[in-house]
Amino acid sequence: MSALFHIVVCGGIVPDPLQTLEPVGSPTGPSLKNELMLPAVLDPWAAHALYEAAHLAKAAPGSKVWLVSLGPKAKLQQVMMTIAQKVPFELVPLDGPGGGFTESAEVGAVLADAIQAIPGLDRSRLLVFGGWESASRGAGSTLQQVGERLGIVDQFQGVDYLGVGPDGVLQILERVEGGKHQASTCAGPPALLGWATGSLPEPPNNPQIGMVNMRTVMPALQRAKPAKVGIEAAGFLRVALPAQRRETRIVKDLPVDDIAQEIVDWIGTK
Amino acid sequence: METILVLAHTEMDGSLGRPAREAVTGARSLQSRLDGSILIVGLVGVDVKAAADAAAGCGADRFLGVSGAAFAQSRYATDALAAEALCRAAGATLILAPGTSRWCRTLPGVAHRVGGRTDTHATDLSVADDAVSIVRWYYRQRMEATFRRTQRPWVILVDPGCLSPWDGAAGTASLHAVPVEIPAACLRTAVTGLQAPAADAQTIRPDADLLFVAGAGWTKTQPDGKAHTADAAKLILGFLRKSQASLGGSKSLVDLSGEEQAVLPFMTHLNQIGQTGATPRHPKGLATCCHGEEPHAVGWRFISERRAVNLDPNCGWARGKADVLYVADAFAVMAKVNALLAETTPA
Repeated sequence: MSALFHIVVCGGIVPDPLQTLEPVGSPTGPSLKNELMLPAVLDPWAAHALYEAAHLAKAAPGSKVWLVSLGPKAKLQQVMMTIAQKVPFELVPLDGPGGGFTESAEVGAVLADAIQAIPGLDRSRLLVFGGWESASRGAGSTLQQVGERLGIVDQFQGVDYLGVGPDGVLQILERVEGGKHQASTCAGPPALLGWATGSLPEPPNNPQIGMVNMRTVMPALQRAKPAKVGIEAAGFLRVALPAQRRETRIVKDLPVDDIAQEIVDWIGTK
Repeated sequence: METILVLAHTEMDGSLGRPAREAVTGARSLQSRLDGSILIVGLVGVDVKAAADAAAGCGADRFLGVSGAAFAQSRYATDALAAEALCRAAGATLILAPGTSRWCRTLPGVAHRVGGRTDTHATDLSVADDAVSIVRWYYRQRMEATFRRTQRPWVILVDPGCLSPWDGAAGTASLHAVPVEIPAACLRTAVTGLQAPAADAQTIRPDADLLFVAGAGWTKTQPDGKAHTADAAKLILGFLRKSQASLGGSKSLVDLSGEEQAVLPFMTHLNQIGQTGATPRHPKGLATCCHGEEPHAVGWRFISERRAVNLDPNCGWARGKADVLYVADAFAVMAKVNALLAETTPA
C-alpha cells in the first residue's frame, strides 16, 4: 500500500454503559444525574473507528492519526489514561459538554473548526473517521455535518470494512437493511467514514504506546480550547426513563414438552 | 403555516417502500392537525413516476421528482444533491423522511446545506398548540425525550416500523421534475453491489414476526461438564429455519464469535442487539440463555410480546421485562420446539 493518509477520528466520551442513568432538568436543558461523577469511556463505535484508523495508518507508512474529542477536560483526561495505551494518536481536545442532549449541528461545527485548525493536515489525504452513532445522542447526524463543513461529499455510514487497493481506490462495506452490506469504491481521500463495529478486536493495552501518547496528550489537555456547545433550538418538553415494567409470569416446574407446546402455540398466534 | 415535504427514495424496482409509506402517514397526520399547512411529496430514483402514482391518493398538493440513472445508487454525494434540490423546490419547512440507511447517511448533511436542523430515529410525532413535537430515545434507548424545534427547515427521519404504512389508492400524479446537475466530483464513489449471506444462511429478517435472541448461556458448560456449542448452533439454526424468525445475539455472545473462539459461527456483530447493537422492532421476541440487567436488556425495548427461557428465575433480563419467563433448560426446550415445528412445517 503506497497511499499515505491523514486520519482524523472524531470521538466523544459517554458514561460507562453499565452505569445507571437518570435524566434531570437544569436551567440549560436536560442532563444526567451526577453526570460529572459517572465514569466515562470513549464512545464505543468511535473507539472502533480509532482502532481501524490506527490499523490503516500502520499499514500505510507515513500516515498519522489524530483523535478530536469533545468533553469536559477532566473526563477526557480520565478516558485518555486508558485509550492512550491502545494505539498511537495525537489528541485534539475540546473542552465542552459531552452529553447526549447537545445539538449535533453545534457539535459538528466545533469539530470541523478543530479539524481545520490542525497544523500540517493535508486535506487531500484526509480521511475523517468516527462512530456512525454515539451511545449518548445516538442520532448519527454529526459526522455528516462535519463532512459538509469540510467540503467532503464522499461519505459512508455504518462502515464495517475499509480496504485500499493498489491503485489507492478505497473499498468500503456499509451496513444497510436486512443484515446486508453495500459495497462501494471511492477514488481516494478525502472521504468520511462513520464506523459501525468494523472487523478488529480491541487492542490490548501497551504501556509503551501509552507513554509516547501521554507526552503529547497531557500538554494538549492543558491547552484545550473551550468549545461552546448548547442545546440551541431544541426545546425539550419531557425526558424520562421508560416507566413500563411488565408483570412477568414465572413458569416453574412445567414439563419441557408443555413449555415447548406453549411456545409453539404462542409463535403461531397473530 | 408549515410546508410539509415527504422526502422519499424509490426502491430498486421503482416502487415506494414501506418506510416511505410510513412517512406519508406521518406527514398526513401532521397536515391534518396544522391549520393551513400544505403537503408535498418529493421523490428520488431512476424513474419516480410509478412511485408518485402509487402515492397519488395521499392528498399531496404537489409531487416533485428528481430522476436519472445516477440516482439509482445509494450514494451520499448524488443523494444529497437530489434531496437538497427537492427541499429548495418545495420551500419546505418540515421535511419528513423514512429512516432508511440511505436517508440516514444523507439527510443530516442536507439539513446543514439548507440551513436547517435534523433529528433522526423519531418514533412518534404529535401536534399541540399548533406546534410539532417528536419523540426519540437517548442513551441507546435508555431514556425517552419529547421535544420541539423552532428552527426551520426541520428534517425528521422516522424510524421504520413506528407508524402504519399509508395504503391509499393509487392514481395518476402530476409530477413536476426538478432538474439536478451532477458535477464530476460527485461521482468519485460507485456502488458496486450488495453483499449478503446466502439465502439459507441469512439470519437477520427485519420483517419477521419473531425475534429470537440467543445469549452467551448457549456456549457455557452444561450439566455434563462440557460445552455443547455445536448442538446449540444446530438447535438455533433449525429453529430459525422452521420459524423464519430473525436472530439477535447478546454482546457477550457476539464478542465471543468475533474473537474466533469455537462458538456460533453464524453470529456476527450484525446480529448484536442492545447497548452497542441494534434495537429491532418485531411483534414478538423469545430470549434464550440471556442474562444481564437493564443496560443489556435495551435490545428488546421495541419488542411487543416477550418471552424468555432461562434457568435463573431471578434473571434481570426477564423479570419485569418479559411477559413470561420459562425456568427451564433452553437446549431441551428448543429441541422439543423444533420437533413440534417440524410436524407442522413443510420440509
